[in-house]
Amino acid sequence: MQPRFVVSNLEECTGCQICEYVCSAVKEKGFNPLLSRIRTVRIEPTFNIAVACRLCEDPPCVAACPTKALSREEKTGIIRVEEDKCNGCAWCIETCDFGSIMLHPVKKTVVICDLCDGDPKCISHCPREALYLATSEETSQKARKKMAKTDMPR
Amino acid sequence: MKFRQSAMDTNMLGYSGRMLIVDLTQEKTKIEEIPELIRKKFIGGNGFGIRFLYEHQKPRIDPLSSDNVLVFAVGPFCGTVIPCSAKYVIQAKSPLTGFQGESVGSSFWSLAFRRAGYDVLVIKGRAKKPTYLFIDDDIVELRDAKQLMGKDCWETESIIRETIGDENVRVAAIGPAGENLVRFACVASDHRHAGRTGMGAVMGSKQIKAVAVRGSKTVEVAKIDELLDLCNGYYKKVMSQNPFVTRDMGTIGTAIPNLLGYATPIRNFQSAGAFEGEEFISEDIRNISIKWLKERYVHKGIACASCPIACEHIDFIKEGPYKDLAYKTGYQAMCALGSNCGIRYFPAIVKAEQLCDMLGMDLISTGVVIAWAMECFEKGILTLKDTDGIDLSFGNHEALIEMIPKIARREGSGDILAEGVGRASEKIGKGSKHFAMHSKCLEFPGFDVRGLKATALSFAVSTRGACHMRASVYEPEIEGRLDRFRVEKGRGGFVAEKENSLTIFDTLMLCKFSVTTWTDVYNELAHLYTLVTGMPLTAKELRTVGERIWNMEKAYNIREGWTRKDDSLPPRVFKDPIPDGGAKGSHLTEDEFNFLLNDYYTARGWTKDGIPTKKKLIELGLKDVATEIGV
Repeated sequence: MQPRFVVSNLEECTGCQICEYVCSAVKEKGFNPLLSRIRTVRIEPTFNIAVACRLCEDPPCVAACPTKALSREEKTGIIRVEEDKCNGCAWCIETCDFGSIMLHPVKKTVVICDLCDGDPKCISHCPREALYLATSEETSQKARKKMAKTDMPR
Repeated sequence: MKFRQSAMDTNMLGYSGRMLIVDLTQEKTKIEEIPELIRKKFIGGNGFGIRFLYEHQKPRIDPLSSDNVLVFAVGPFCGTVIPCSAKYVIQAKSPLTGFQGESVGSSFWSLAFRRAGYDVLVIKGRAKKPTYLFIDDDIVELRDAKQLMGKDCWETESIIRETIGDENVRVAAIGPAGENLVRFACVASDHRHAGRTGMGAVMGSKQIKAVAVRGSKTVEVAKIDELLDLCNGYYKKVMSQNPFVTRDMGTIGTAIPNLLGYATPIRNFQSAGAFEGEEFISEDIRNISIKWLKERYVHKGIACASCPIACEHIDFIKEGPYKDLAYKTGYQAMCALGSNCGIRYFPAIVKAEQLCDMLGMDLISTGVVIAWAMECFEKGILTLKDTDGIDLSFGNHEALIEMIPKIARREGSGDILAEGVGRASEKIGKGSKHFAMHSKCLEFPGFDVRGLKATALSFAVSTRGACHMRASVYEPEIEGRLDRFRVEKGRGGFVAEKENSLTIFDTLMLCKFSVTTWTDVYNELAHLYTLVTGMPLTAKELRTVGERIWNMEKAYNIREGWTRKDDSLPPRVFKDPIPDGGAKGSHLTEDEFNFLLNDYYTARGWTKDGIPTKKKLIELGLKDVATEIGV
């Protein structure tokens, strides 16, 4: 089975950052977006999106890591970080096209979304229900359906 | 010039416990701890605001002089997941009213400020040259703002962000209106505004173009897991309520019930409600549906931090002279810049709001002062000669768009309007005071109070001037829970109770749109307070805090020279009955108004002159204040 990752619905996301606060609360027991594994982007006036690790099939972050601290879990696709191997060099951060890897400001090791053991709290707390788990196949199905609904003559 | 603050480890939950004081004249900064007693008595937000404004500002100073003190404050919920908790308050002596200036802003600035490790920022004195403040956690820097002068609010924000090179920097800035000391200039941050009472002009007078903050600290609370679960329940509750202000429309959704309720002011408060025309308010107002406006213009909602509601809706203008404009609007803009100026063309209202926001002016005050000038023009009090050739006829949206930048830059006829409707009508005279719609020189928001009599009282007694957010009595009146045309004993107590309860929202710095989220407001908020801070607080104590803060604000105003005659309403409210619509014939008589005032002062435990008694102030733990104002 393809791995599922956190996807954000552009039409529903309002950029409220609740996902960031919930993530830092769950993972770090405090409220601070700098500690969050999911991050929001707002481009005025209307564009809002939340971005987390997309579990790339052939992750450049893993390939780039000089200390072999990162690895991709076969079954779930989750990128695991071995904290004692990570030296905070940020090569992985540079290779990630989605900006989904962050350096922990205190520990100085990188943090990546681990999907909260399959039940991501950002999803259950999103007030607009803008976040959901999907495989890349499901994501493309959804896009096709939307295109068929709106752009095609019927 | 950089100042490093010594890290004060206060180990507090919910609060930072620190106040940053910046003296611009002496170029010094210092940190003070906010004592536990003050935290208990004033909670945060506007409680801290009024307390520290009262303490730091000398009485009866010129609000645009270096003696004025600017206070920014956040509340204990700031930076958490509590719904709608991203507010901050700015207080100073208002250059518009001469009394307590208070304006609440929203968005992301408050959270960055809280995470930088502060609850309160006090700015004193006046910078020698244009300056902006950069608070980077414990480092406070006064930076040269020469290249920012004349830039609008948004440009200022993005230039500062680019200069520092970090998207996490949040900026509260003024535009040209603040620089030019327009008396109703606002402070902008992330396209949201602390609009009312001219706090932007106070910043301008201090030569402070912006306050930029970056905060990297973590907000810690007492019971984080419990708080997450509870708040998740609240999000679901918010989303299941009131579809007008949630998913669908933002506050323009409320235009429909307000219009149907004959409460929307038209042509400078001449008529109320039904407004003939073809655009957003159609001839038969029952034909306007939410669906119609939504399909035509409304594109998408955007939210402040931690807000499930996302009241701001972006409108896309697809055709006409303002084609391709994408900007938000709300009910107050639709009144002030729309119906009140006789303007029905919706895209023009969106454009006008965008201009006010960019230039940094309170759109309510701007709209009301222009509507007043339009009535002067209609009555021949102002002519083309006075308006620099602009045809200020009601309904001329091009004139509106032309007038707004002139006010912000104080050019030609804009100069006098930049003084606000109270001062402008004083200067112009010729009977124009009759229809200058303000109380304490703060312009009326979009409710015709001739047919909303308890709301009329609340506009008159509000400590910051005519305001719909301090008591929000218009809601029960329009919904019919309170007989809007009736004046009777108990109305004063009703208004006072609403003021106390809404003061709590401004103190915990919660958005008032969250009001329907709470079933048992004092108990639920007191419980949240305990979850956040770990400090016990009862519903009764919280209610008293609201009353204490209101009395403190009142005492501040008295110290600035307030008397009963300042709790006033414009002559139109008394003399011109509503000419048409469902509220036809309604107006407030002087006798009714005096009855309401007396009833209100009695309910507050004040004297008939509206002065808090020594007994009342001591009961509220404000003995020092009682001594100072001499009661």
